[in-house]
Amino acid sequence: MNFKLKIWRQKDAKSKGEFKTYEVTNIASDTSFLEMMDILNNDLVHKGEEPVAFDHDCREGICGMCSMHINGHAHGPETAVTTCQLYMRKFKDGETITIEPWRSAAFPVIKDLVVDRSAYDKILQAGGFISVRTGSVVDANCIPISNADAEESMDAAACVGCGACAATCKNGSAMLFVAARVSSLAKLPQGRVEGARRAKAMVAKMDELGFGNCTNTGACQAECPKSISITHIARLNREFLAAKLKD
Amino acid sequence: MSNFLCNSSIGKKLVMSISGCFLVLFLLFHMSMNIAALFSAEAYNAICGFLGANWYAVAGTLVLVAGVFVHFAYALWLTIQNRKARGQQRYAVTVTEKGVSWASKNMLVLGVIIIGGLAIHLIHFWSNMMLVELMGEHSVVIAGVEYAPTDGAGLIAFTFSKWYNVLIYVVWLAALWFHLSHGAWSMIQTVGWANDKWYPRLKCLSTLVATLICGGFALVVIFFYIKSLGCC
Repeated sequence: MNFKLKIWRQKDAKSKGEFKTYEVTNIASDTSFLEMMDILNNDLVHKGEEPVAFDHDCREGICGMCSMHINGHAHGPETAVTTCQLYMRKFKDGETITIEPWRSAAFPVIKDLVVDRSAYDKILQAGGFISVRTGSVVDANCIPISNADAEESMDAAACVGCGACAATCKNGSAMLFVAARVSSLAKLPQGRVEGARRAKAMVAKMDELGFGNCTNTGACQAECPKSISITHIARLNREFLAAKLKD
Repeated sequence: MSNFLCNSSIGKKLVMSISGCFLVLFLLFHMSMNIAALFSAEAYNAICGFLGANWYAVAGTLVLVAGVFVHFAYALWLTIQNRKARGQQRYAVTVTEKGVSWASKNMLVLGVIIIGGLAIHLIHFWSNMMLVELMGEHSVVIAGVEYAPTDGAGLIAFTFSKWYNVLIYVVWLAALWFHLSHGAWSMIQTVGWANDKWYPRLKCLSTLVATLICGGFALVVIFFYIKSLGCC
């Protein structure tokens, strides 16, 4: 398969970026998107050109490092997959593919397709944890947790913190990310204890870092590679408002 | 609790939700009141008399003005913050994400159309009714015809005999329908009472509420226009 790639190139955070067009040829249909980018970079290095910088790590959809806005979609046009699990067979032979970095004021571009997502780390540091050691895995049924609660907590915990939600949201809101973290802990007895403090602290940090306000468009859940539901945003709203009204 | 309604994103959304809920309830009341005009001019004018320059109606109007002001001011405030959060650099390629309604992404634009329509509506009716009474007058002359400030039915018949007014109101009500179709379920989501099981039900209820309100208002507009043509 052959593709024309329109890629955002930006030397560093302070430089002005622009789109540059490249062509890749003889790409096997089972090549992953990141492998295709590797092939492009290999060609560029052999030509003596600067390779395209992009984030990646585990390449099995669990680390949250890969990003890229591909043809208008975070992580590409495929539903519920990260860029590393997107394959070139999902594109048409000869297609022009536009690749952009996440666009959000809280995620400034560092270089080419790499953005600074440390704002999410700061939100986590504000409250996305349990303050006491809860020990290793306990015997089954030692702490009764209903199946529905365990499932819902695990669904929220599937968030890999890639930033697709804020990058997709027209308001640059990080609500889905914060909601997933708050929800995954709030549904378990170990995390429930600090539920109120966590919701307040994480929302305060999210606001302080300049993320936008949720207007319930649902675009975040549509583009989330882990299909995190906005039902968690409703829970975050509930947790936050209940905590504030008790203050 | 302090001032979280002003300094937190969820607090500000709560203000939008509660003020929006208040306005939806008012619209339901107003639409129900208008339906009376379809059956009896006397009944409608009796309601207009009840809601004239009486202290409770004036107080209610002031609360309503405050509701509209708060809802719109917060919308502007949130939108300015959201645009700043989105950043200067926008995507070159954009798409409509699966399941995302057009209305949900254009609430402010729809809101501005609604405010514009509201201004025209106030000029057509409020300024010729409650305002006239508040100014101590007992009648108003429109296009050479004298109307009592409680003659709402007469004003409706006059206003909607003009095709351009009908067009303005239909556009206004269409914008309101889109606004409510997202806003009604959104206010439930904002206070945290929604979940995956209830989203389809809430969105269906939203559409029903929007259709009931806008359909009810539009029915009166179109009925009086057709009546003005001498068809009924």
